[in-house]
Amino acid sequence: MTISNSDSPLARREALHDRLEQLRRMIEIRSVEERIQKLFAEGHVRGSTHLANGQEAVSVGIARSIDPDDIVTCTYRGHGHALALGVTPAGVIGEICGRVVGCAGGLGGSMHLVEPAVGLMPTAAIIGAGLPIACGAALAARARGTDRVAVAIFGDGSANIGAFHESLNFAAIQKLPVVFVCENNLYGEYTRINLSTPVDDIAVRAASYNMPGAIVDGQDADKVAEAMAIAVARARRGEGPSLVEMKTYRYSGHSRSDPATYRPAGELDAWLKRDPINIFAERLTAEKLLEADGLDQLKAEVREAVEKATAEVLDSPAPELGEIMSHVGAHSAGGDRRHHFWAN
Amino acid sequence: MAKIWIRQAVLRALDDAMADDPSVIMMGEDIAAAGGPFKVTEGLLAAHGPKRVIDTPISEMAFMGAAVGAAVCGLKPVVEMMFIEFIGVALDQLTTQAATMRYLSRGRLTTPLVVRASAGAGQGFGCQHSQMLDHWFRGTPGLKVCVTSNARTTYGLLRSAIEDPDPVVVLEPRILYAEREEYEFDRTYRIPLGKAEIVKPGKDATLLACGAMVRVALEAAASSKADIEVIDMLTLWPWDRETVLESVSRTGRLVTLEEAPAGTGWGAEVVSTVAVEAFGSLKAPPHRITLPDAPVPYSGKLEARYLPNAAYVTEQVAALVSTNKAPTPWWRNAA
Repeated sequence: MTISNSDSPLARREALHDRLEQLRRMIEIRSVEERIQKLFAEGHVRGSTHLANGQEAVSVGIARSIDPDDIVTCTYRGHGHALALGVTPAGVIGEICGRVVGCAGGLGGSMHLVEPAVGLMPTAAIIGAGLPIACGAALAARARGTDRVAVAIFGDGSANIGAFHESLNFAAIQKLPVVFVCENNLYGEYTRINLSTPVDDIAVRAASYNMPGAIVDGQDADKVAEAMAIAVARARRGEGPSLVEMKTYRYSGHSRSDPATYRPAGELDAWLKRDPINIFAERLTAEKLLEADGLDQLKAEVREAVEKATAEVLDSPAPELGEIMSHVGAHSAGGDRRHHFWAN
Repeated sequence: MAKIWIRQAVLRALDDAMADDPSVIMMGEDIAAAGGPFKVTEGLLAAHGPKRVIDTPISEMAFMGAAVGAAVCGLKPVVEMMFIEFIGVALDQLTTQAATMRYLSRGRLTTPLVVRASAGAGQGFGCQHSQMLDHWFRGTPGLKVCVTSNARTTYGLLRSAIEDPDPVVVLEPRILYAEREEYEFDRTYRIPLGKAEIVKPGKDATLLACGAMVRVALEAAASSKADIEVIDMLTLWPWDRETVLESVSRTGRLVTLEEAPAGTGWGAEVVSTVAVEAFGSLKAPPHRITLPDAPVPYSGKLEARYLPNAAYVTEQVAALVSTNKAPTPWWRNAA
């Protein structure tokens, strides 16, 4: 199955049921992030970016386990999640380059990717911000009589902020249909987890909230999806929240300006040996879904598609100046309307 | 006409809003089973059920954020901050998340939620339970802020705030909850957000106030020799430039009466606008009556001095009108 750049976020999301597309999407995430680094060097990107290369299996594993009308909140390390959930490469690259083709029309930037059509709230630039919001989405899902669930994706750094405690406690006491997904990539900004957190496994904290906690190999998209399926099913059954910890690793530093020199020698190399794309490609080869040179072919195909998307972005204009004032409130949007998920 | 407590106007507005719109829910500490520490939510649990009237843990960040998520998913949450200071631990969810949702989604997602809170000084609650803190919200594009001043404005503003498609903060002066007033409820009554009201016309000076200070302003105007026009601001952001500028163009003098420290009070922006846009009509420099830049004191004697009272306001306005020079605030030479 080949997905073209012109496919809608929803179509891209539905395509993710296909095993080859799952692999292709992981390659796409890697490829888009590599292209973003290049665009940064070429002067097309402002501010900062936070790459998640190495964590692609988590993004794809989550996205294939939930429906497009389940709600996802996520942090600023969200390029991969946005792409996995369905945002197009042009939507992500365009946003990061501040063009109208971007998924937030160029108003947000790298840290604020959004796509209501596939359940993605604007990703938040504040650590922990998405956890309480996911609780609210879950509360609304239940109040409106649906079986929708909310997924809060955050990092190990977020496990030490008050929002984590308040949200897990609130969700547990209310039995909310939320899945709390901690991507433990071992670093909160520039600081290794052992210097900030007195436990190795964030999942053990689930016990304090009387909810299940799972520790998952985040480099294996199938294991991610399996663990998510259990937590999502529990939430849908109305049995309450879960905490799922994905053990993973970011190959880059915290942000654009971080060379990550603080990492112990050999750590990166050890994780590169368990690259999520290679792990999944090997599995598809074993399943006879991928030919011998299939991975290289896919990579070349994806690179070409990402180049096309990049060209589309660079052809796309910056937003009109009127955009500055157009979305502040209903008064500036010229109407008294509310807009929300599940509006139909 | 029936006399009611002002807190009953809060309760009635919430009750009617929940009855009229099934998407309205409430969250807060002790609001359901206990009926609220100020009894402003008494009976709502019985009337609307535990799915819509939700007691939360003492976790302001959790329920403030849950309101954001619920609003984006089609509900209209009303959250109660028991004392407005409690929102300090949850501010991110309102000022950084709710206020930017419409912007970041380019209008595809909105956050119609209301934060209501008891606020203000005068009852000996000390410096951490007595502030107005409207300036925490006024500076954030995407939020609206209003302040209630009596039974009618409480009902009218709350109903409008709950119907607004954007996040609104409603500050309710706690000192007014137990005041009794004649008021006949009208289920259709609304006060449009962003509109001020001339509550007493006059021709010598315009006196702006909001919240509990409106009563002080009216009392001062009643005992003044000068003919003072009193305006209840009602909404502090976006504030009603038209009504204020029109009034000042007639009276030629502007006085703001603010329950806020001088450095952050809402009058600063109003005075700056009037100075620029009504410069030609001014007979005297605009004058701000504010709190000193100090925390709210506990001792009754100190708190009584700290808050402007009618005698002090009368004296300040009289000095301005008779000399056309701004009088000195009492606290400038008090240290």
